[in-house]
Amino acid sequence: MARAPNGEVFPLSATDTETPVAVDETRNAIVARFSAALGDAVVDSLVKPGDDVWIRVRTDAWRAVGDVARELGFVYFDFLSAIDWMPSPYGRGEDDPTEPAPERDMTVRQGYAGGETRMQVLARVVDPTTTIGVNLKADVADDSPVIDSWVTVFAGANWHEREAWEMFGIRFAGHPDLRNMYLPTDFEGHPLRKDFPLLARIVKPWPGIVDVEPLPGGGSDDEAGE
Amino acid sequence: MTMLTDRQQLSYIAAQAADARVNLELETEGMTLNIGPQHPATHGTLRIIARLDGEQVVWAEPSCGYMHRGYEKLTEVRTFPQVTALINRIDWLGSFANEVPFILAAEKLMGIEAPARAQHIRTILFELSRIANVSLFLGDLGVQLGAITPVFMAFRDREYVLNLIEGATGGRFHPNFDRIGGLKDDLPAGWIDETRSVMKKLRNFCDEIENLLFGNEIFQSRTRGIGVIPRDVAMQYGLSGANLRASGVDWDLRRDQSLPMAWNKVDWKVWTHNDGDSFARCWVRLQEVRESTKIVDQLIETIPAGPVMTKVPRIIKVPEGEAWVATENPLGEMGYYVVSKGDLGPFRVKIRSASFNNMSITPWLLKGVYVPDIITILASLYFILGDIDR
Repeated sequence: MARAPNGEVFPLSATDTETPVAVDETRNAIVARFSAALGDAVVDSLVKPGDDVWIRVRTDAWRAVGDVARELGFVYFDFLSAIDWMPSPYGRGEDDPTEPAPERDMTVRQGYAGGETRMQVLARVVDPTTTIGVNLKADVADDSPVIDSWVTVFAGANWHEREAWEMFGIRFAGHPDLRNMYLPTDFEGHPLRKDFPLLARIVKPWPGIVDVEPLPGGGSDDEAGE
Repeated sequence: MTMLTDRQQLSYIAAQAADARVNLELETEGMTLNIGPQHPATHGTLRIIARLDGEQVVWAEPSCGYMHRGYEKLTEVRTFPQVTALINRIDWLGSFANEVPFILAAEKLMGIEAPARAQHIRTILFELSRIANVSLFLGDLGVQLGAITPVFMAFRDREYVLNLIEGATGGRFHPNFDRIGGLKDDLPAGWIDETRSVMKKLRNFCDEIENLLFGNEIFQSRTRGIGVIPRDVAMQYGLSGANLRASGVDWDLRRDQSLPMAWNKVDWKVWTHNDGDSFARCWVRLQEVRESTKIVDQLIETIPAGPVMTKVPRIIKVPEGEAWVATENPLGEMGYYVVSKGDLGPFRVKIRSASFNNMSITPWLLKGVYVPDIITILASLYFILGDIDR
């Protein structure tokens, strides 16, 4: 619900008033099937009814998870990537370089299905008969991020793992050819890590610092416009 | 000239073959062929390195990254409404279709939905971008196989569609028209009549291309049985769109997903082909353009009345959460995995583009083909460099 400036309350859309789907039998069954096949390798899971499934697995079971997913009918490989959960020390690159650096909350908070490490590998596989997909996550250690490669499970993981390696510096054990995908071979650093600065905002300060216009509507962010 | 003995000759050739496998019996020398980065057959700057044995490819690998613009990093310093200006440029031939899944993901996180009229117009513009994109493919296909006429027809008729997109959004290539909660504007007056006549022209274009190209014997002999992708290999590599449907997989995200769009309100058909070869991929795309014109024709007759924008806060903050939305874009499945931390901008956006997966099969697919077939296969896989490199 949102509140208009005159105090009138209105629903943001039609979906606000509908009762949400409380239980999603199909997606709960998917989690149950993964848990039955993998045992304690499934660390955590989350089902958003009518939306999606997230399953977090133990890092050492990653390849077994891929095999199990294929056996359970999730034979379509959608993508593989990673998420760096550390908040960026540079914020949104809009700091004034003449001012002292602002204090930032640097606590690492993981998303759905939790996590213990700063970086997580994220992959999505889909069952082509039902077109329901599963988001699989696994923690990778902060100091030496290594995880098993999926190349033997899904041949298409090859390029995705090369991309995750160059962008996040996650090593994939058993990958036959872990070269850079886009960047030059001698490029240093892993650009999608949050502590890698966006250089365009470092070499030239964000022009928005000097002419800050007041935001429309003044005060609170929740205020509804037209 | 002194004649070498057979034995000497063989050892000479073997010594020459430092970096490629050489067929000693045929006495052909291995060579490395570099295609690109600037090459008419590559829709942008792609470089393919192929090692040849005579006319046959023994090993081939595309070298990506000439167009890498780092959109995933750039989204992290943009606000949600600003991101659409970037992602417009991923697949530049079907720009509007790039915006839709991202906007839908943001709307999903916010728990809002666009009004019915906006959903309808979104679907129409989405299908128009598909027609603009795939009709260029149909023309370009001819050029890559040595037929020059179809590309002129494609540019002629694609112009009508671009005019429609420009009329509705103000931008021919980069509309940036989709907003969180609806659309920037309503359709201009007279647009629907114009669309009706353009769809007729596009159906004629499809018939012309079918007669001119698909019935052509040279075209058939150059595409039939070339670059066959079996069903399970296509699944493993995550192929999508027409490439997947040409391998006999009946899968279309427009039909199989329940998104707040208008596809399930009209009658259309998902075409598949069982051959999995280059011809099948081109043929499925041709049928897709026809189906798209049908979808547009039906949708413009049934646009519901009402606003095109729902009520959203002026400063859009997206609640904390993760959302995945994928749609069936002209090139295949395009999805965004959006992570929000309740801030003005996204925390992380994973862009799953169709061409990246579609191209990742090429090292497997090009093994053993003849050199002219490299071009056929790449043309039929249909990729756009901005969509591979992002």
